[in-house]
Amino acid sequence: MRVERVISDENDSFPVGMRVLAVDDDPTCLLLLETLLTKCKYNVTTTSQAITALKMLRENKNKFDLVISDVHMPDMDGFKLLELVGLEMDLPVIMLSANGDTKLVMKGITHGACDYLLKPVRIEELQNIWQHVIRRKKFDRKDQDGSGSQDKPYIDSSEAAGLGNVDQNGKFNKKRKDQNEDEDEERDENGHDNEDLSTQKKPRVVWSVELHRKFVAAVNQLGVEKAVPKKILELMNVENLTRENVASHLQKFRLYLKRISCVANQQANMAAALGSVDSTHLRMGTMNGLGNFHTLAGPDQIHNAAFRSFQHSGVLRRLNTPAGVGISGLPSSGLVQLSPVQNLGNTSTYQRKLQSFVIPGNHNANILQGMPMSLEFDQLQNNRAASHVGQFPSVDNTTVLPVSSISGSLIDAGCSNSPLLGVTSNSLLLEGSSQLPTLHASNLRDSVSGFPNRSTLSDFTSIAPASNQLHGSKADIQDQAFPISCNAGKIISSAPQDWNAPKKDAPYQSNVPSCSINSLRAVNGDMAQLGQCLDQNNPIFNRNVGFDFVDPLSIKCSEGENLAMEPSVIEKEGYLMVQPSRQGIYIPDNEGENFAMEPSVIEKEGYLIVQPRRQGSYIPGNLGSLEDLASAMTKQDHDKGKPTDGDFGYNDYSLRTCI
Amino acid sequence: MLGLDADRLRADLNRLLAFLFHQGILDEQYLQLQQLQDESSPNFVSEVVNIYFHESEKLLRNLRSLLMDREFSDYDKMGIHLNQFIGSSSSIGAKRVRNVCVAFRAASDQNNRAGCLRALELLEHEYCILKNKLHELFQIEQQRLLAAGVRYPMLN
Repeated sequence: MRVERVISDENDSFPVGMRVLAVDDDPTCLLLLETLLTKCKYNVTTTSQAITALKMLRENKNKFDLVISDVHMPDMDGFKLLELVGLEMDLPVIMLSANGDTKLVMKGITHGACDYLLKPVRIEELQNIWQHVIRRKKFDRKDQDGSGSQDKPYIDSSEAAGLGNVDQNGKFNKKRKDQNEDEDEERDENGHDNEDLSTQKKPRVVWSVELHRKFVAAVNQLGVEKAVPKKILELMNVENLTRENVASHLQKFRLYLKRISCVANQQANMAAALGSVDSTHLRMGTMNGLGNFHTLAGPDQIHNAAFRSFQHSGVLRRLNTPAGVGISGLPSSGLVQLSPVQNLGNTSTYQRKLQSFVIPGNHNANILQGMPMSLEFDQLQNNRAASHVGQFPSVDNTTVLPVSSISGSLIDAGCSNSPLLGVTSNSLLLEGSSQLPTLHASNLRDSVSGFPNRSTLSDFTSIAPASNQLHGSKADIQDQAFPISCNAGKIISSAPQDWNAPKKDAPYQSNVPSCSINSLRAVNGDMAQLGQCLDQNNPIFNRNVGFDFVDPLSIKCSEGENLAMEPSVIEKEGYLMVQPSRQGIYIPDNEGENFAMEPSVIEKEGYLIVQPRRQGSYIPGNLGSLEDLASAMTKQDHDKGKPTDGDFGYNDYSLRTCI
Repeated sequence: MLGLDADRLRADLNRLLAFLFHQGILDEQYLQLQQLQDESSPNFVSEVVNIYFHESEKLLRNLRSLLMDREFSDYDKMGIHLNQFIGSSSSIGAKRVRNVCVAFRAASDQNNRAGCLRALELLEHEYCILKNKLHELFQIEQQRLLAAGVRYPMLN
């Protein structure tokens, strides 16, 4: 219903009038948000309580199109609200926070947020949020056609979720187009967003090795081009498998084959792709929440389409490109696909297959058994493996390690071929503890220099479960997701640069030292001269005795005078205007003249730090580190051409005095 | 006469704003606030800023009382307060206040009580400055409007 109604809205004037529910306990931000959203011509409802928001949402499920919620709220955790909204109302939820820490963003994504905005929110960002509504609608529509094999979420969307906002859009669109071209009749594949999946509580289909083998056999029997889900289903003759399950699986398989055939044309790139494949592998698990591991074999040569193991969605394609996009589109959890080995057997040349290899936790045993064989295969392709391994370190920024396995080994014991897929020299081990096929855990540890220790690796790989949550692999994984994602986030942030961490992290980090330096500098035992405070009744400000209220209008002028005078005089006025780069605190003489002039002239000097100071010593004796900082600061030479942007100046400053 | 006063006051206003930007006390976000003010919400900026003052003083009091407590150990709680402070300060464009809060939060994350105290001192100081300046700004604007006798749109 909602879909139809919204569709008609679309024709009218969407996104004008889109109904947004904004939740934030901070009234300043809430008012600002409301005004911004109104300016974007949305229909805004606000509340400062998460509980109220839930009530509003529950009383009428069709009342809102989109929810924007702060992360930190007193009555309920923003993530909890996010989950509930996703589960009960299946609405897109955007998280909002002043804290752009990777961990938090990750948490938002794993809990199903379709976006994560940082404060201060800009109007440009809000002008685009309607896309989340449209995207979800489209998926809803598709989903309604088929019963929705929600265990195989649209990889694109999951990939998109793992990437930034902009990427999300672009990649998603591209994927959709491809999908549409290929599989019209398979449209029942739910190109779901993560949130969609999480809202559907249908039993998951676990594509085990056996199952997949049957599937591939059936497909081969029918012929890849002609295989239809119904017939495949019949051939497979498996209970509790629905046509939709098969359909979505088939879709992914076809995509994979397509990709492999493309790859086959670029043999030269394969070696390079090995590295990028790994990287994409690595990235795969991270954000997309499926907890599926794809083992991509650095395909060297791709062969007959029939044998290409399937790839669940566009991931493989991307994996093949050296670009090494941080894709996170993994099919639903529990999917295990192994390409039939027999296919690979036909050529004596180096055959590789891309293989998506997803191993649910309970298949650990199988995988482990398969390992030795993969090792053998690996040895057949030493150089590959070497390059593969060698490339690993460069891609260790992702959290999930791809399960690089030998395609054939696991599925077809009989195959002696070496369709060795980018297996690292170490066999894949499953981390029993984690529920995800943390195959790479040990691999990475051995082969990648970047990882500190095994536990770290398992943390990394455990991101998959967190991402699982995204795609509706519920139950067991979900519980794990929460703590794991924290670890993951931590690890991610320590990982090398390639990771698409939220950009805000960088400025945040750099700001911190700068601010701490400033704060350390400014603080001394006697903050009596805290500056003029209008509110003298406020106990905070009353602490600062000895300061009279100064008429604001006269402040401007007096500042100029003060600055021209000795610091001791300035002290009387309560604060000191200083330029951070010069001798720490004092204003050099040549600056003094400037300050005597109009304040507008002062601007030319760059920006100043105001801080109360006692003349002479600004470092209390008991602040050892402060002293160090201060001395470091005084030693620091000025920034010439100091940028007028205060932020930048701070950062710059801090960089110099970085301890 | 009236016109001249209004012009002069507008010049004062511009100069003060420019000064504040250069000092880093305010940043572009404040301009966004101004742009949101129009006929439909003519007092938007002062509304938001007054809410901000009110909330911030609450936060500062909370922070101060937390730190003054000798058995203080709940850094998480302090982090929550700081988070809100950071969010609201950045939302109105109070750059320096926000930066100090960020440093404060860093000290709090490290459970560094002395660092927190120092940061709090600085934060209170910066907040004072901000409040003074914004009051000044509003006063000039008010005078300018009176002098002009008509409502001018806010500076753009």
